[in-house]
Amino acid sequence: MDRIPILKMGNLLLVSIQVDLHDQLALDLQDDLSERIVATGARGVLIDISALEIVDSFIGRMLSTIASLSRLLDAETVVVGMRPAVAITLVELGLYMPGVRTALTLEHGLALLGAEVRVSRSDEDEIDDAQGDREPDGLAGYAPVRAGPGGGEPATTGAASRGDGGRTGDR
Amino acid sequence: MTGMDSQRHPIVTESDVVRVRQVVRTLAVAAKLSLVDQTKMVTAASELARNTLVYGGGGEMMIDLVDSGRRRGVRAVFIDTGPGIPDLDLALTEGWTSGSGLGLGLTGSRRLVDEFAIDSSPGVGTTVRVVKWSR
Repeated sequence: MDRIPILKMGNLLLVSIQVDLHDQLALDLQDDLSERIVATGARGVLIDISALEIVDSFIGRMLSTIASLSRLLDAETVVVGMRPAVAITLVELGLYMPGVRTALTLEHGLALLGAEVRVSRSDEDEIDDAQGDREPDGLAGYAPVRAGPGGGEPATTGAASRGDGGRTGDR
Repeated sequence: MTGMDSQRHPIVTESDVVRVRQVVRTLAVAAKLSLVDQTKMVTAASELARNTLVYGGGGEMMIDLVDSGRRRGVRAVFIDTGPGIPDLDLALTEGWTSGSGLGLGLTGSRRLVDEFAIDSSPGVGTTVRVVKWSR
């Protein structure tokens, strides 16, 4: 059975989903990602779904679970490249993805993760340079998908709000 | 409304669910649905096909193009001979999900299509019929 490849770039893991996901493949990706986060000590996970023509409740739940898992393993997850038709359909379907942060493009997603990693690890980060003059404030528009009424996993909703909370205080 | 070229597709494995999506997409394009409407119809079909597989223990989808005279559309019927749904009203209640957490399927997919009809009898099975029309 094939697997979705996971690429390591610095302290990030990159996943680009290029196939029509069946359910087992989605579940395998969850497992593989959590193992790779621990093995590599990655601080961020970037998932590109620009090739996905649909996101149904199963795939949506997989993305939520990955976000929750990676948060527990001290890594942030950003989902990038959602197609407009997919976003419209998800809203109508009533699927809210608690804890899943989104960015329109890979570049914005990297900036979002880079900005956070820089804040929490100020001394050592090569991503600083790549960031250039991009201000974290400029990313305020990339709010996470919020937990909706009756949305799934309660454990994630509290911690899933804005990126400027959470990580910085306890270091 | 008249149908043509009815196709039958088994839903027995997870890859059948993926195939169902592709078939529905092809017919949605043929019916000249907009991209958003194609996406809604394919997503609804994915939910319903998964219900057929997971709750119905497998089954099949019948799909065809339909024509109302003014508009074209795609009609998909999901049929299983599984345990059935004992309380349909409850299953169609907003926010209700069964224990395994695969909820959303029925109420969510109903919102994504133009016509939605369900028939279920305990011990006999469940049939869900959905139609999406071009605008």
